[in-house]
Amino acid sequence: MTVTLEPAVHGDRVSLLRVLGPAHVWALGVGIVLVGEFTGWNFAADKGGALAALIVCWVVGLLYTSVAMIDSEVTSTVAAAGGQYAQAKHIVGPLMAFNVALFLVFAYTMLEVSDAILLGDTIVAKAGVEGLTHNSFIAATIVVLAWLNYRGVLMTLNVNFVITAIAYISIVILFFSVSPWTQGAVLKLNELVTPGNALPYGWIGVIAAFQFGIWYYLGIEGTTQAAEEVRSPARSLPYGTMAGMITLLIAAAMTWYVCASMMPWEYLGITYYPLWDAGKLTGSPLLENLLFIATLLAALASANGCINDAARAWFSLGRDRYLPTWFSAVHPKYRTPYRSILFLLPIALAFAFIADLNQAITFSILSGVLQYTFMSINIVMFRKKWPLGSIRRGYTHPFHPLPAIVLFCLCVVTFFAIFLGFGSQLIAMVAFYFLISLWFHFYRYRFVRRGDQFTMPWPKPQGY
Amino acid sequence: MWMALSYASWGISIVLALWMLYDWFKVDTTFSEEVLTSSREGELEAVSEKHRI
Repeated sequence: MTVTLEPAVHGDRVSLLRVLGPAHVWALGVGIVLVGEFTGWNFAADKGGALAALIVCWVVGLLYTSVAMIDSEVTSTVAAAGGQYAQAKHIVGPLMAFNVALFLVFAYTMLEVSDAILLGDTIVAKAGVEGLTHNSFIAATIVVLAWLNYRGVLMTLNVNFVITAIAYISIVILFFSVSPWTQGAVLKLNELVTPGNALPYGWIGVIAAFQFGIWYYLGIEGTTQAAEEVRSPARSLPYGTMAGMITLLIAAAMTWYVCASMMPWEYLGITYYPLWDAGKLTGSPLLENLLFIATLLAALASANGCINDAARAWFSLGRDRYLPTWFSAVHPKYRTPYRSILFLLPIALAFAFIADLNQAITFSILSGVLQYTFMSINIVMFRKKWPLGSIRRGYTHPFHPLPAIVLFCLCVVTFFAIFLGFGSQLIAMVAFYFLISLWFHFYRYRFVRRGDQFTMPWPKPQGY
Repeated sequence: MWMALSYASWGISIVLALWMLYDWFKVDTTFSEEVLTSSREGELEAVSEKHRI
């Protein structure tokens, strides 16, 4: 039986619910990223030593500050689910938009997979029980979080806010517990990082460290996926994204300082749990358990945000007929893109059970960097086609085009770093995007209603 | 305790997955496809944004 929807929003239409505020935007962005402080960034030390990990913390911080500034300006103007996909569609064109949406879905799904594997491995490491595998914990992480996302965005991001805040506060507690103002008591930075071992592989080690330096901040741009569900996109998105970036810069600096002052770079570069290990090294069972729980919460928050973002990107593709419109369904009660959430669920589970952590992380980073490269080009085109004063912007980023140039140059360096470590994966991924672009251009685009996809009520771009 | 937690994780996963499948079936058979896929990008912006500088 088919019935008409009673609590409809626009007549008999169902759309995503506008219920989020700046705190939810912060929770989405920082929630996705913070797991990178608990694992990931430290592999930069293996590539170039402890000082290289600090240098990339700052330089990659500059990359992401540029990302946050650029993203805030464009998203405060193009406030639609799909984030960078909707931006690319309006500013560059459909083929770019299709690729950007795939970058987003891959980056977030693979990050979700990595988070679930990390969570499972952390529990198994803590338990130390023979015969206990991570599979059940991986399944529970992915399914429970998918269920939460299915049930509504407000509860999903309320949960993310609480668990992200606890994980963040644990870093602050650890920092102040080790007397950061004195050296020699707990922290021994001057003994562990000396002129002789600070950069064991020289400056090429610093370049190589970029690949894992990305982990300090990977995913902050995910805030834009909430654009269609925040009450005031022009205000909430720049505010939440910038606050998130400041929070992360502080967390990254504290994390490096504590970990590099407690562990030699040879160990720091290979451990999967730098902060949990730092908690153990303090000798306090309370700190050890706090950092264990915080590692799990950070992984959960990240996976939760990733499910939210990947589903919205996939949903947007369906809504514009870039994929079958079946994916663009919105749940009439929970107001979530429920079919996209359900479609991506078994894919994430399959990757989590068959892929290893390194492969999943590398695919996520690669898709992320491809997306950042696009953003540097996108903002230049945006300012050229719609100069300041031609349309209303919620936020205007300063020093244009300097952030775009910095972003593009740092992306090139990061690609080189990835090529040094995972050259074959990089080539395979670029080949994949090239082939899928051919499929979209020669086959799929015929199903797209070309006039319907451009929805922003803007004037004609300059030069057209 | 850890093994019990592992079995509980499997149990919760199966229950929630089945619930989502049930709800999906219920929604898809209750509402028309036109209603479910009626969301349009930029709908609110078209109403509220006049782009007056």
